[in-house]
Amino acid sequence: MTRALAGPGAATVAPRVAFDWRPVVRIGAIGGAVSLYLCLVGIVPVFNQRPLIIGVISLGQTALVLSLFATGFVATRKLTGTAGARFLAGGLAGGIAGAVLSALVLVGSVVPLRNVFLNASPELYDLLTFGLGTSGFWAPLVTGIALGALAGGFSLLRPRLRRSLYVGFLSVVIMGLFAGLIRTPLLSSPLENLARLLFAPEGLTPVGAVITFAVAVALNEYRRTNDLGRRYRAVPSDRRWTVIAPAAVVLSIAVLILPQTLGSFFAQVIAIVALYVMMGLGLNITLGLAGLLDLGFVAFFAVGAYTVGLLTSTGEYGIAQWSFWAAVPFAVFFAMLFGAFLGLPILGIRGDYLAIATMGFGEIIRILAGSDLLKPLLGGPRGITNIPKPFDVPPDHWLAGPNQIYYIALAGAALIAFIAWRLRGSHLGRAWLAIREDEDVAEATGINLVQTKLLAYILGAAFAGLGGAVFAALVGSIFASSIQLIVSINVVALIIVGGMGSIPGVVVGAIFLIGLPELFREFSEYRYLFYGFALIAMMRFRPEGLLPSRVTLRELHVAENEQPPDAAEGALVAQEEAG
Amino acid sequence: MQVGAIERVTEVAIAVFLWALRVVVILVVVVGSALTLMSGRYSLETWSNLVVSGLTLGSIYALIALGYTMVYGILRMINFAHGEIFTSGAFAGYFIAVGLNSVGFLNASPLASLLSVVIMIAVAIAISTPLALLVERIAYRPLRNAPRLVPLISAIGASYVLQYTYRGLFGPGIYSYPSVAWLNELLPIGGLRIRVLDVLVVASAIAMMVGLYLFVMRTKMGTAIRAVSEDKETAALMGIDVNRAIVTTFALGAVMAGAAGVLYSLLYTQVYYLTGFIPGIKAFTAAVLGGIGNIPGAMLGGLFLGQVESIGPTLFLDGFGVPSPNQLKDVIAFTMLVLVLVFRPSGILGERIAKARA
Repeated sequence: MTRALAGPGAATVAPRVAFDWRPVVRIGAIGGAVSLYLCLVGIVPVFNQRPLIIGVISLGQTALVLSLFATGFVATRKLTGTAGARFLAGGLAGGIAGAVLSALVLVGSVVPLRNVFLNASPELYDLLTFGLGTSGFWAPLVTGIALGALAGGFSLLRPRLRRSLYVGFLSVVIMGLFAGLIRTPLLSSPLENLARLLFAPEGLTPVGAVITFAVAVALNEYRRTNDLGRRYRAVPSDRRWTVIAPAAVVLSIAVLILPQTLGSFFAQVIAIVALYVMMGLGLNITLGLAGLLDLGFVAFFAVGAYTVGLLTSTGEYGIAQWSFWAAVPFAVFFAMLFGAFLGLPILGIRGDYLAIATMGFGEIIRILAGSDLLKPLLGGPRGITNIPKPFDVPPDHWLAGPNQIYYIALAGAALIAFIAWRLRGSHLGRAWLAIREDEDVAEATGINLVQTKLLAYILGAAFAGLGGAVFAALVGSIFASSIQLIVSINVVALIIVGGMGSIPGVVVGAIFLIGLPELFREFSEYRYLFYGFALIAMMRFRPEGLLPSRVTLRELHVAENEQPPDAAEGALVAQEEAG
Repeated sequence: MQVGAIERVTEVAIAVFLWALRVVVILVVVVGSALTLMSGRYSLETWSNLVVSGLTLGSIYALIALGYTMVYGILRMINFAHGEIFTSGAFAGYFIAVGLNSVGFLNASPLASLLSVVIMIAVAIAISTPLALLVERIAYRPLRNAPRLVPLISAIGASYVLQYTYRGLFGPGIYSYPSVAWLNELLPIGGLRIRVLDVLVVASAIAMMVGLYLFVMRTKMGTAIRAVSEDKETAALMGIDVNRAIVTTFALGAVMAGAAGVLYSLLYTQVYYLTGFIPGIKAFTAAVLGGIGNIPGAMLGGLFLGQVESIGPTLFLDGFGVPSPNQLKDVIAFTMLVLVLVFRPSGILGERIAKARA
């Protein structure tokens, strides 16, 4: 592994650990590629329009600084040499990454890169060179060396101090990101003066950043010295409800009054999140319990949405003008019928084929819904409009607008969670788990594969139909273009990110993947880029998801250490903290 | 006893349902075709034009399908991001074409046009191949021994990353390929008048497929790939570098996809960040149709799918008086995908890979 630095000097300083420069150069090159990607794909220039700390740093600059700093840090992480070697390695790696950006500026000043890459604009070069234009091409190089060396020095700090600094910086970034959202409600509360001190309309003020940093570090130190996690684990497991129950009550109340305290924009966002939580819980039965990857979820979503649309619409294509509540059972029923109809032939086939076949269904339904063939019935691309809201209330009522959808979706989610929880331990639930683990063995133990899978598939379809019904009521219309494969992928992604088979995981996944992108509409272009990276990263580094169910966790980590679940959980936390 | 009886009943019901499905599909195809043909609305020339365009499209599907089938053969994994590799070829070809057009070379003479297409394909391959290897390195290699769904989900992620990377790099707009006059000239071949473009697409697709076939069947590396497809562990014991065989497979697929990207965009004269998605899924259909893991199968499946898609809407649906049947060509393609998966998952030529291990 350790190839000594070639040259006459290397042998004479043998007692010192030889400075292996190859991995450092490699990491520097990778860091340069990542930084270049961030620039050209547009993340740096687009995010640059949004300040993180007003007058100090923008989000785009933060992305670049993080990328260069991380390059230096990764390069020195595994180094065992002296402080000097660390600074040198960090500076070298950061310098290489910076040099790539310098090269971009230089090349861009000669070749019209913009003809190919939209973002290789003079604004980007100005940003990279601190406004010096192309004559300042050396600036990224110097910045890279400085940040890399700084990162090398950072790795010398005691882990605990380093952790505190991480928490501080992360808090500043989060506060900066959410500045607008936190500021608005604070302004109309007794904390108005605090809000004015911390935030300006565009972002965090420098004073606000310093205060945030200090508070975050202090809180983190408090948490560590008092080690709340260990104290919780010290509570015997049969007494833990005394801690959990009050927390659960507080959380439930908070969830229930949430839309009443926030503005209408927020209410819309959390209504969408709740809708996806509901659909995620539904697909969780199909995917998480039975292990069937259904990419045609959107087909049943469409059946539900169109059923409600047709039965309730007061517009051109409405056929019955029923109320939402009368239409919902039919929406669910038709979705199940479709599930049975589509599921019957395909459930005999293998897992990955099933994913493709179901995706094919989704596409078929989408094209049919928008086609001239079904236009007299479904309205073609113009869709069905004028779908009434479930509760007909005046605009200032507490159930007005998206709020009622939020509560309906919440109730639906609770119902589905309850069903999933009850099914899990049942005969059927265990049959599903057996199929998920190994189809052949499951069949050998007397489980009828097709029928058991069909039940999971139909249940998933029912919940998708319910989701579609609620969606139609939320938006007030349903078009063929709402039925995109992306809906299916969204639901699959949130389950995977949250943790397959885990109910809190679905909630966390929906907040991360649906809620956050809705809040940052200005970056919506990069939403699916982020999804893609999240899926790959989850599969590589944390296939069990962010909040895995205890069973999955045990299954995935039992090979590593035969410990009881609590200890395994503790080990995982420790492992995370070390990494 | 009671439970057993219910199971029997559902089993019979499922069997009846599947048979009914077969009968319905066959009825639609036969009756629809008969009605269309009897109506006499379409001349022989229309049909032959449809066949030629089906052949052109089909040979492009076949090129893409080869990448799916070879990767599936060697890793048992659906390379969902393959369509996006194809897009990279289409974009590379576009930028080269624009460059050549701006210096006036693209339409200078028929020879210059031909040379331009060759350069476009070469650059497309030079872009798509390293890209595919990068995806393999980042998203697939670390997951080689994971359960089946894990690499599939990672591949879906890679597909999204690539699509939205193109969007970020090149913008959301649709780019029009510069027109190449020579490609639209008509050649009289056997009583038919066929565009140069169609001849070029079919000829280059055939050349590449023959090349690939020879590579896989005659070279040492090709033998290694076939051995690894057969049995990874045993191949490794025989001293075959499994990793190199897998990487070569990805590279071969990317070469085909990059070239197909240029040909497809010349045919449809446009490219945007989602260009590769639908052809990708259809090429997968073609691979399954021919028998996944089977190289001649992928070629056959691609050509067959091209014909069905080209002739199908008119032949099967027009007779029923379906309005604008061409809107439904993807429905026909995807229905065929589902039907093949249900009734003959081993494809037309049968799966070369032992099914027991799948």
